[in-house]
Amino acid sequence: MLYIHCPYCEEHRSEEEFHYKGQAHIARPDDPDNCTDVEWADFIYRRDNPRGEHKEQWYHTVGCRKFFNAIRDTQSYEIKTTYKVGEQPDMAAGIVTGQQGSNAS
Amino acid sequence: MQPYSSFGLLKHALTFHENWQRAWRNPVPKKHYDVVIVGGGGHGLATAYYLAKVHGITNVAVLEKGYLGGGNTARNTTIVRSNYLWDEAAHLYEHSMKLWEGLSQELNFNVMFSQRGVLNLGHTLQDMRDIQRRVNANRLNGIDGEVLDAKQVQELVPILDCSQQTRFPVMGASWQPRAGVARHDAVAWGFARAADALGVDLIQQCEVIDIETEDGAATGVMTKQHGRITAGRIGCVVAGNSSVLANMVGLRLPLESHPLQAMVSEPIKPILDTVVMSNHVHGYISQSDKGDLVIGAGIDGYVGYGQRGSYHTIEHTVQAILELFPIFSRVRMNRQWGGIVDTCPDACPIISATPVENLFFNCGWGTGGFKATPGSGHVFAATLAKGEAHPLAKPFSLDRFDTGALIDEHGAAGVAH
Repeated sequence: MLYIHCPYCEEHRSEEEFHYKGQAHIARPDDPDNCTDVEWADFIYRRDNPRGEHKEQWYHTVGCRKFFNAIRDTQSYEIKTTYKVGEQPDMAAGIVTGQQGSNAS
Repeated sequence: MQPYSSFGLLKHALTFHENWQRAWRNPVPKKHYDVVIVGGGGHGLATAYYLAKVHGITNVAVLEKGYLGGGNTARNTTIVRSNYLWDEAAHLYEHSMKLWEGLSQELNFNVMFSQRGVLNLGHTLQDMRDIQRRVNANRLNGIDGEVLDAKQVQELVPILDCSQQTRFPVMGASWQPRAGVARHDAVAWGFARAADALGVDLIQQCEVIDIETEDGAATGVMTKQHGRITAGRIGCVVAGNSSVLANMVGLRLPLESHPLQAMVSEPIKPILDTVVMSNHVHGYISQSDKGDLVIGAGIDGYVGYGQRGSYHTIEHTVQAILELFPIFSRVRMNRQWGGIVDTCPDACPIISATPVENLFFNCGWGTGGFKATPGSGHVFAATLAKGEAHPLAKPFSLDRFDTGALIDEHGAAGVAH
């Protein structure tokens, strides 16, 4: 089970409080009326789905009910950092300790 | 290849079973193949077999980075059924079901296909309406199915708690008598042995690290262990790793890879002679011939390649199983594992050409690919042989996500994995 740091609650909480909400930083097309079908499909369906580092959204469902972002390794499940929507990840600041990334399962 | 028979069994008994022929060769790869299949799981091996058998294309290699059938083929709950709602999906899975019915004879390998029936339980009025709709659609497509009420379900599975005392009482079920289970490893081994006998090279411990292209066409693969192998056509059948392979040619697929778990209990005496699935409380269970209860779970919500899952997912699954079968409350679990499933937005597979010429993908089977193993291999082999989609595979093209012609089996088809 993941142990996730909510950047709003500023607390580590267990994965069961959260919902995964898919890849982060996918911008909605600026001009939706003039998008091609392929551009729409890129936005709605196609995903990076990488084996390795992944920027993704989480929702603190039974906590503050806010969306935030995380950088997580999809192979080791280690969470490198979590950050608020609209922020840039601050990897150097060490928001995340080793303990946070550890995955009990 | 020496065919397996009861006479052979007797003959080898005389020499204490020490002279059995190896099931398949362990060849050194050639420099060039007409078709290279990446991924030696059930679907890849089936593809190779049908390429050789049906289309006479025997200069084929299956490249597997681990060992044959060591991925999702060995990690599923072995359920086989074809009761899908939409025509396109129903036809594909029923095609597979028909191949299952003659598979042991065809492969000369006992895949232990056991048509013990599958129940998809309904716990709400809406469940029952969906079940009625799906069973009617199945019957119109020539697929067997019945709607059962709670009493009939109880008669079929006496140990199932069909009382009103549960959180979500069982109201009824859909019942597909021809559905059942098969021995997952045997399916991979059977296809591997039969493909090998027809001349297909099965290359294990050979990881593809790059797909090479020239003028927009795939020309071959670069492997970690055996260097460059050129190919006329390349078929990728790598389940959870499909996006990783697609990324090698700059292609983004509409897939997300998730861990899906399953578990088995200690072996117990025969107690459950059918397969019980429930979407609503979300668990599914059958008993293997060995006696262990085979229990399936939901996927973990996040993208993951770790071939393991979260404990709370196991907990939810066990809760669901105990809700249905309080009698199992003291059964001990033996093993638990995870496989990486490539889920598609519409819960249907992708069997398709790609924008890169001569490169084909068979992926997106998500949580329910095992049941389709022979059918998937059969239609993908035809697609690879002819360079255009088999009629049954046509609706499952990659461009359906651009055109919007999705086949929405999510929730609609009793898709519980």
